[in-house]
Order: sequence, then C-alpha cells, then structure tokens
Amino acid sequence: MSDSGLAKLVVAVLRRDVMASLRRGSEWSNPLVFFVMVCALFPLGIGPQPDRLAELAPGILWVVALLASLLATDSLFRGDFDDATLEQMLLSHQPLYPQVLAKTLAHWLMTGLPLSILSPVLGVLLQLPAKGMLALMVSLLLGTTVLSFIGAIGAALTVGLRKGGLLLSLIVLPLYIPVLIFGSSAVKSAVEGGEYFPQLAMLGVFYLVALALSPLAICGALRISVDQ
Amino acid sequence: MSVRRQAGVVLANTGLEVKRLYSDRDDRVLFADLCFQLDAGQLVQIAGPNGSGKTSLLRILAGLSSRYEGEVLWQGKSLLKQRHEYLQQLLYIGHGAGIKAVLSPLENLRWSCALRGLNNNDDKILSALEKVGLSGFEEQACHSLSAGQQRRVNLARLFCIPASLWVLDEPFTAIDQRGVTEIERWLSEFVSEGGAVLLTTHHRLSFAHEFKIVTLGEAANV
Repeated sequence: MSDSGLAKLVVAVLRRDVMASLRRGSEWSNPLVFFVMVCALFPLGIGPQPDRLAELAPGILWVVALLASLLATDSLFRGDFDDATLEQMLLSHQPLYPQVLAKTLAHWLMTGLPLSILSPVLGVLLQLPAKGMLALMVSLLLGTTVLSFIGAIGAALTVGLRKGGLLLSLIVLPLYIPVLIFGSSAVKSAVEGGEYFPQLAMLGVFYLVALALSPLAICGALRISVDQ
Repeated sequence: MSVRRQAGVVLANTGLEVKRLYSDRDDRVLFADLCFQLDAGQLVQIAGPNGSGKTSLLRILAGLSSRYEGEVLWQGKSLLKQRHEYLQQLLYIGHGAGIKAVLSPLENLRWSCALRGLNNNDDKILSALEKVGLSGFEEQACHSLSAGQQRRVNLARLFCIPASLWVLDEPFTAIDQRGVTEIERWLSEFVSEGGAVLLTTHHRLSFAHEFKIVTLGEAANV
C-alpha cells in the first residue's frame, strides 16, 4: 500500500475519534476535571505552607496525572467494542497497526494533551517554583503519551470482559511506574536547580519504544478480545 | 448505479466452501460436520432457533472467530492463508450497531469507507444514503435517528463499499415491512450481478432466485 494511503487512513481514524470524543464531552472532560479537583484539594489537605507544598508538588502532580490517565484508559476501545465498529477495523484489509496508532494518539490528544497544557496552572496552585514548570510540562507531554500507549494495551486486553476495570489497573499500573519515577524525578531535579535532561531523555526513549512497539501488542490483544 | 458497476468489476470466482466445520460453546456443540458451499451468484440463508450458533458461524466465516475445527475455503484455498485477499472481497454486517451514535451517518460512512481505502467518495456515500431512504438525515447525529434508521445507516455500507461477498447477520432487524422488501430486492440484484450472500434471518425470505437454507440446531443439514 502507498504511504499516502496509510496517511489518509491515519487521518481518517484520528478525525473520527477526536470528533466523537469532542461531541460526547465526558470522555475528555472527566480526566481533566479529576486532575484539577484532586490537585486543588491537596493544599486544603496538607495546609497552605508554601515550602511544604513545593516539596510535594512534583510527586502530587505526576501521581494525579497518572491516575487521571488511568481513569480515561478503560473507555479507549470500550465504545468501539460495544457498538461493533471495532469489528469493522479488524475486518478492514488495511493494516491494523496504523489504525490503532491513530486511535491511541487521538485518545492522548483528548486526555494527555489538555492535562499537560493545564499542568503549569496547577503547578502554581501547588506552589511549584517557576523553574520547574518547563520540566513539568515537557515530562507530562512525553509521559502521558507513554501512559496512553501502555494503557491502550491493557484496555485492548480487557475490552472483551464485562468487568475489566480492576484487572485493567492491575495490568497497567506496574508498567506505569517507570514513567512515574522518571517523570517526577525530572521535575524534582528542575526545582532543585539540577540537571533534568537525562530524565527527559529517558522519557523520550520510553516514548519512542511505546510508539513503535505497543501498537503491535494492542493489535494482538484486540484480535484476542474480539475472538470469542 | 455507479456503485454497482464498480462492485461488478471485482466479482470473479467467488466461492466459499465450508468443510466439516465444528464449533462449541461452553461444552455445548453448536454444529458438527457442517458442510456447505456458497458460489458467486448464490444466496445461502442460515436458519435455526435462537442460540443455535448462527452468529457464531457468521463470525467464524468472517474471520473474526477462531473457535472452530474444520476447514473454511475461499476460492479453493484456506481462509487463513489468504486473509488479506478475502477481506478485500468481504463485507460483514454483524448484529451490532456498526455506527457511532454521536456521529452523523455521513461521518460514520466516511470512516467506514476510509477503512476500506476509499477516500473522498462523498458522492457515493450520499447516493448510498439516498438509496436506503435517509436523504435529509445525512448530517444529523445517529443517536437522534430511530432504530430502523440506524440500521439503515449500517446497511448503506452495502452500497458504498465494493465487495463480492456479503455476510449479513439479521439484516432485517428493526426494518419496516417496505424496507424488508427493498432489502430483498437489493440482495436479489446483487446476486444476479454475481455477488454471493450469506445471511441469517428468522424472516421468511421471498427471493426471486433459488437459494439454499442451512439449518443449524438440529442435525445440521443443507
């Protein structure tokens, strides 16, 4: 198949998913609202002392972003499975890999991207020093993409189960941990005025590996889930 | 009618052959030793009571399910060895909605066509929607359409995606009486142009051509 054919396929899937997600609303707004609410509650729970909050802020922001991402993961293939449009994807003679890649990227565009863009605002709320902002945003931009791809593997594996929610978390959370460690450590280093490029480079490696390899796992998992 | 003509081009040497097919579900045998053949220009109806494995059979033949033993041949060769070629010829419409409720019929069909490598064919989609009686509803969100209309959106794929084998799971569900007659006419047109149709339905087909009925649930026979 020609490259332009593949590009058109990717664009078509991306457009359809973004459009559907925008119209439904809850799919992109729920994780975002969760992120904002939980981050806003922390100063109330811990107390408003700026240095204490500033110390905890990188960890809080990253953990809440991770949970928000997990919250959104289950819906990735659920809708398509329920309305049987997933079958159409599997029965297309065109390769599944680009379709899955486009679907996961669309999911990230609607969840991880707005969350990353909003994160500096919540950083201010949590007294995160200004020198940590760039590291926070870049690490979240890279990190949430990786989380989306890892989550998509779990979502694809559990989409055929009626109650896959808990199982999904169990599958996905251990894989999330390296991303969390390098992500929050990048922000911490930046706040302390240290070098944070190595951690971001590591996230970049995760990003590229996830982008290239996880669609293979997702394709396989989807075929198994539908085969029943 | 250009849709039809293009469909005509790909029609050649259609032949689906099922040999000694066996499948079970939860230790209950759905069918065993099932044999039948479907050639170009033929229609086969799969009949049988609820739960007799009609949908399971169609999913196996569409290549969605691998829970079977036996052989499925397409043009004389195993389905598993030429999945890509087979999928190019196959149009499967399952019993699910097959459409996204928040999108309009036009957007849904654009996506369906793009999956089949057909881009920028709005003309065909619009004429397909007109054919299934949905002109005027092209831009309306599918969730605001009735169940029968939603089914028609899904069926509109028959007219914008060229294929030589239609596998249809209960295509008449939620369709009004006039619609059923219309669908029967479309099937008969498709078959007389050399297409092959495999469908399940509880409805008594009135079909211009001769057709085979494969009954599941009893001692499977043709």
